[in-house]
Amino acid sequence: MDYFLTEEQQMIVDIARQIADEKIIPQRAELDEKEEFATEILNEIAQADLYGLYIPEEYGGFGGGCFEVVLALEQFGRGCVAVATSFAASALGAYPILLSGSEEMKQQYMPDVATGKRRAAFALTEANAGSDASGIQTTAVLDGDEWVLNGTKQWITNAGEAQIYSVVAMTDKSKGARGASMFVVEDTDPGFSCGPKEKKMGIRASATCELIFKDCRIPKDRLIGRQGSGFITVMKTLDLSRPGIAILGVGLGQAALDESVTYAKQRVQFGKPIISFQAIQHMLADMAIQVEAGRSLVYAAAKHIAVHPKDMTKASSMCKVFATDMAMKVTVDAVQVLAGYGYMREYPVEKMMRDAKILQIYEGTNQIQRNVIGQELNKEYT
Amino acid sequence: MNIIVCIKQVPDAKDVRLDPKTNTMAREGVESIMNPFDRHAVEEAVRLKEQHGGTVTVLSMGPPQAEAILREAVSCGADEAVLVSDRAFAGADTWATTYTLGKAIEKTGPFDLILCGKQAIDGDTAQVGPGLAKRLNIPYVSCVRKITGFENGAILLHRLMDDGYDEVEIPLPGLLTVVKEINEPRVPSLKGKMKAKSLSIRILNAEAIEADPDSLGLPGSTTQVVKVFAPEFKGERAMLEGTVDEQVEQLVNKLEPYL
Repeated sequence: MDYFLTEEQQMIVDIARQIADEKIIPQRAELDEKEEFATEILNEIAQADLYGLYIPEEYGGFGGGCFEVVLALEQFGRGCVAVATSFAASALGAYPILLSGSEEMKQQYMPDVATGKRRAAFALTEANAGSDASGIQTTAVLDGDEWVLNGTKQWITNAGEAQIYSVVAMTDKSKGARGASMFVVEDTDPGFSCGPKEKKMGIRASATCELIFKDCRIPKDRLIGRQGSGFITVMKTLDLSRPGIAILGVGLGQAALDESVTYAKQRVQFGKPIISFQAIQHMLADMAIQVEAGRSLVYAAAKHIAVHPKDMTKASSMCKVFATDMAMKVTVDAVQVLAGYGYMREYPVEKMMRDAKILQIYEGTNQIQRNVIGQELNKEYT
Repeated sequence: MNIIVCIKQVPDAKDVRLDPKTNTMAREGVESIMNPFDRHAVEEAVRLKEQHGGTVTVLSMGPPQAEAILREAVSCGADEAVLVSDRAFAGADTWATTYTLGKAIEKTGPFDLILCGKQAIDGDTAQVGPGLAKRLNIPYVSCVRKITGFENGAILLHRLMDDGYDEVEIPLPGLLTVVKEINEPRVPSLKGKMKAKSLSIRILNAEAIEADPDSLGLPGSTTQVVKVFAPEFKGERAMLEGTVDEQVEQLVNKLEPYL
């Protein structure tokens, strides 16, 4: 379907598609098998200016918004969700600074993020705090001109591969969520280290590790926004970033559909290509309907978010749930269409199915998203 | 360093079909791309510019549609683009092409280095690079797989050979044709695409390059294609059977009369 992109938006799609086809797809199976971080591909994305898509021009970016990021991520997601996640995680780490950081902070960090010279990461989750952000145990205490951080973050995407970390820590535990603040920690700060790489079911080419803060001292001006505003920044960041996860579901669903249709046209059983059998046709038709419906919703949500920054939450959560549940279903069906071959690692769809699962989990589980949508409905109908 | 890269628009090899009646390539409905070897030449030129400064000018001889590959090269880092285009150039073989390119390059100003792809994937002659160097009376090296440095006005490089490589040094200005091993071409950048969209391409026709009309196009070509045909397969085929030792013995027996 034609979504009437502007010439500039079409350029973004064309570049991202070329990167997916020429750089990502030929390497994805090997990167997955070796659990290797795709440094070269990410450098290629940086060279193509796509790291700066959402960053304002005054900080060296392209000056686009959520929708432009979504267009690029759709193509990367079609190529490999692990590579796409590594790319997207840098935006997730940069959003808190863009949304709540001071002018000096933006000038200090955004130009490097925009060129891809330094990658960013976002650190919220802990062993006892995921969906419930108020369970955060990492603390930050002001000591003279420095904050001193102590604690451990868990399952942080881009850990060890990023140079700039947006970290949530409690500055006043007695206030619960309102006692949370956000800080910028650099990889070279004293007392900061990363744990070993986690072994994951899918998106194995992305880096996921613990972040360890042991009397980690950072300058006072690394506080993002004001003290106690961390939770609000986190919520705004996730509202802005979720369409990016949603569109990975669309790109992945499209890739699974492409593989399924191509295979069904070639595979002959009972003397005919299996696409001529209604059982297969109906599966493929349902996949195509779901992918296109997901794309339409994510595009609409991303465009809505770009012009209604104060009314992002419901649109953002709805598209995340729909498109990532869709990706799970479509990739499971793709394995079914390819059947025995689909189950083999020689074919790409088993990886797609493994990769799809995380989309329903990270950046807020789809159950939490439904809570959020329910709460928003409750507010709307008063 | 001022570098000129000669590039050619060719039919996408993934899509090539022959017209069964004429045995010529069916061009209708076939997508055109930048000759794959030329993408490596553009990439190498842009890398040299990034390291040593200067400008990269891409130049193509072809119909107006060839503008597309010139803009593509600019989106990948080239600075200027020149299209050498005139109906009079049509039907040129490599002899007439090198004459035309040579005349055009004389008009585009001074240069230090010319880069070309090893060959174009449609004609496959690999003659235009070396021929152009001869026309311009400059030294050339073909099949370059690595540029290793510059010293006292000379360029040092590795030339790919069947059994390894040669280390070669030539004075500049000179011409190199490159092989795929030389680099991994980048994808276009967003800023590059924007620049490419608005860049005005300089167009040089037969008059502008002050060419001798008799040396251009089909009339200026020394190659005349008399007939194009698919070669017939005439060899004898035999499948050997049995154990490996038995098969080897049978093979030796078959080859013996020819030794």
